[in-house]
Amino acid sequence: MASIRELHQQLVSKARSATEITQEALARVDRLEPKLRSFLTVTAEQALAQAQQVDAQIAAGDTIGLLTGIPIGIKDNLCTQGVPTTCGSRILENFIPPYESTVTQKLKAAGAIMVGKTNLDEFAMGSSTENSAYQVTANPWDTTRVPGGSSGGSAAAVAAAECVVALGSDTGGSIRQPASFCGVVGLKPTYGLVSRYGLVAYASSLDQIGPFGRTVEDVAILLGAIAGHDPKDSTSLDIPIPDYTQALIPALKGKRVGVIQETFGEGLDAVVADAVKAALQQLQDLGAEVQEISCPRFRYGLPTYYVIAPSEASANLARYDGVKYGYRVETPENLMEMYTQTRAKGFGAEVKRRIMIGTYALSAGYYDAYYLKAQKVRTLIKQDFEAAFEQVDVLVCPTAPTTAFKAGEKTADPLSMYLSDLMTIPVNLAGLPGLSLPCGFDAQGLPIGLQIIGNVLQESTVLQVAYAYEQATPWHQHHPQFND
Amino acid sequence: MIGQQDVQKVAHLARLTLTPAEEAQFTTQLGAILEYVEQLNELDVTTVEPTTRAIDVSNITRPDQQHPHPNRAQILAGAPDPEGDFFRVPKIMDS
Repeated sequence: MASIRELHQQLVSKARSATEITQEALARVDRLEPKLRSFLTVTAEQALAQAQQVDAQIAAGDTIGLLTGIPIGIKDNLCTQGVPTTCGSRILENFIPPYESTVTQKLKAAGAIMVGKTNLDEFAMGSSTENSAYQVTANPWDTTRVPGGSSGGSAAAVAAAECVVALGSDTGGSIRQPASFCGVVGLKPTYGLVSRYGLVAYASSLDQIGPFGRTVEDVAILLGAIAGHDPKDSTSLDIPIPDYTQALIPALKGKRVGVIQETFGEGLDAVVADAVKAALQQLQDLGAEVQEISCPRFRYGLPTYYVIAPSEASANLARYDGVKYGYRVETPENLMEMYTQTRAKGFGAEVKRRIMIGTYALSAGYYDAYYLKAQKVRTLIKQDFEAAFEQVDVLVCPTAPTTAFKAGEKTADPLSMYLSDLMTIPVNLAGLPGLSLPCGFDAQGLPIGLQIIGNVLQESTVLQVAYAYEQATPWHQHHPQFND
Repeated sequence: MIGQQDVQKVAHLARLTLTPAEEAQFTTQLGAILEYVEQLNELDVTTVEPTTRAIDVSNITRPDQQHPHPNRAQILAGAPDPEGDFFRVPKIMDS
């Protein structure tokens, strides 16, 4: 499937109708879903009705925006009015939101066409999408492997061209790590750049919504459409939004690039290290000044996250009590039993695990030792980044220490699963923008991701570096092949 | 180190009924995770201020006004056990 700009051109020149483009996406969804299982809900009828409206607009001679008529996937933790929003959880199996999230509202208004809701780890807790209560999504490059997570459905759907672009959410790497595993571009914006109204909360001091695309340009266009202040999200920043596509210049003369030394240690696959080092050479060839940067507290990101995120999750998920919406256990004896049984049957193992860790960390006598301590280490991690950005414009490192692993490989050992987010988590703790884009393939043909991290609100700089690298390399022209 | 009794206490605080198998599994797994987290003690943070959110915005206020929700019927329809304008729950007090 073509890029946003190519499809826009086809629509404007009337080479193809929005209906035809939507039908093509839906046909691909039909054909690939038995193998991929990227979508929890496919909204075919609604998508075709919307496409017809777009075609009527074009026929009437209306000017259309870049996203008008573009098929898009939406992670199933974003509320869509009248369309089930499950969060990959049994506890929200029958939840149909009575309201629309701000980002999907904006995309609707821009004429983007939602083809469906994408699979995710339950409540966005996980790194492989295997924690979904409904289905395991396959990696389009090798269907025996995971697509990464938690936004695995969105990443796989974009990689397999079931939609052009998609939205995910990223609390500790849930956009960038699956983008890396699926060979697409994924961006976690600065904390507060995108409104989270209607995003089902996981860890509120870290959650952020962001775009997936097959190219940096598609990601820049989608970011521009969802960014901006929203009175309904008091953490959203009241700042002017630039035209991110203006940043897409294929030159890096004078750009200062820092390599985070600490990411090239134990646990990093040699093939990933080699691909990232080759990418650094490429950036230098493009005119960037590359230097090594030390972030000594970077590695404390993971243990910090596994105190802060579960603590916030334990509070956020207290709302699932079987009273006002969602699942309730049959015929409970009394109120307490209704709560405890509803939650026992409604939540999966990883969600329970994180609620338990968080409840423990926040409980009397442990607060200072865990939560407060983690918040203080968070300050140190942030300070490392602040010092680094006095010397460089962007930081780069691998997105994930490995390429996509086999389904089932890490499900028995939660800690080993957590380690796959080692390099993305510190970025959330500091609230910075981070992007992953393909920078090569391993011997099995699995994509490798390069992470580019920017200073606060420096999305344009991140996108520029990513674009220059993308245009100078062939990786974005590789697509997964399906033999059928 | 976290023991099975701690797990039972935390499960109660979190309003979760655990099976004996879950209890045993969580005791091991939570122990391993908390042990991993112990490495934060390698850092001296006595003079460090905590970060509560990544990008600080403070005192965001809005007028305290009511807005009726446009889909009241839809909200009630989504409840597990609605009755008229109410959400029904099981007995709270013994008679």
